[in-house]
Amino acid sequence: MEISTSIPPRLSEILDDFQLSDRHEKMELLLDFSGRLLPLPEGLATANVQPEPVPECMTPVTVTMLNQGGRLRFYFDVPAEAPTIRGYAAIIQQGLWDETPETILQIPDDFYLRMGLHQILTPQRLNGLIAIVAHVKRLAAQVLNMPANPKPTIL
Amino acid sequence: MSEDRYAYPDYLVETAWVAEHLQDPTIRLVESNEDPLLYETGHIPGAVKVDWFTMLQHPLRRDFIDQAEFEALCSRLGIRNDTTVVFYGDKHNWFACYAFWLFAYYGHENLKIMNGGRAKWVAEGRPLTQEVPTYPPTQYRAKAPDASIRAFRDEVFRHMEQRLPLIDVRSPQEYSGELLHMPGYPQEGAQRGGHIPGAINIPWAQAVNPNDSTFKPPSELRTLFESHGITPDKEVIAYCRIGERSSLTWFVLKYLLGYPKVKNYDGSWTEWGNLVNAPIEK
Repeated sequence: MEISTSIPPRLSEILDDFQLSDRHEKMELLLDFSGRLLPLPEGLATANVQPEPVPECMTPVTVTMLNQGGRLRFYFDVPAEAPTIRGYAAIIQQGLWDETPETILQIPDDFYLRMGLHQILTPQRLNGLIAIVAHVKRLAAQVLNMPANPKPTIL
Repeated sequence: MSEDRYAYPDYLVETAWVAEHLQDPTIRLVESNEDPLLYETGHIPGAVKVDWFTMLQHPLRRDFIDQAEFEALCSRLGIRNDTTVVFYGDKHNWFACYAFWLFAYYGHENLKIMNGGRAKWVAEGRPLTQEVPTYPPTQYRAKAPDASIRAFRDEVFRHMEQRLPLIDVRSPQEYSGELLHMPGYPQEGAQRGGHIPGAINIPWAQAVNPNDSTFKPPSELRTLFESHGITPDKEVIAYCRIGERSSLTWFVLKYLLGYPKVKNYDGSWTEWGNLVNAPIEK
């Protein structure tokens, strides 16, 4: 079976911005995103998201999904000393804001290649972005009652 | 009992010392992080940034920048041959030690690590700035690479055959071959898991205090390595996955404990674990 893929408009705009930037501008752009990660609104319970202990000194990231009548919003908890991961999280947060689970599941897994981040980041740093997207997709699949892994992502 | 001190304490400075030397023109602070954007969010006033991936690695080959490129880098950062370069960074100074190692490789003489790194500076409430300093370019002349601190695979092979000490500083799961990469760092792995036959597993982070990122006291460090039979009279080679974690172990052995012959095998597991026909132990 062929699975159709597509990228929602806001995410596509972000990808274009990165694609059209030179190396220096890509760094600036990612830094700009890292400063714009929206925190989980106060008063919302986060008790259902438990950070797991991380071996070595890696970055623990937790994701919380809000489902508002079928429109999804994702909130990420990322330490301040991991701005690159914060940047990824903000791209996904803004790029998928209020999208449906169906739309999210249609994002191609290699969508990030267009951004050209491999010019400035090692493969291992790019994995953080891939992992965030994979987790967001798992959460979206859960909404549709598809097989999913409920554990928070640790990057 | 003799005083418990590091072999070459001049190679280590404390955060308070750095705070007192922020205006010292003979000193250049260099921040080297794992996270490539962390410097931009705030750094020690006057510090320059070195990004190991975009600035220290050769753009084409799997290698470090060459001698001429290193000279250009130092010139750009306002580093003279007689400048005292003080490195610090995130993740227990792991990448600060990597940059330190490369500067040592090209023969820079006055090098120091700031004990505790970036995390300790921040925890102590010391100042950070987003202002990126610029310094006048210098006429830097690097020395030829110092082969005594870098091991290539053929030498590692001979070392292994002679059963000389090899330290694998990766996590126990990587050492055992259970994982092909660091926990949480997928894909920077190798075709095969395990370790170089005869290598002893001493994870790099055992050399630092987890609460404040400072190096453990001399006696504890000595015990850590000597209890595994790694003694100063022997030639030692350390490796990890790409040579970054092992540069911290290299720093500890060479400067804090004074082992005279220590090399970093920067090819590490991402080379060995991909080499056709290379012996592997699990």
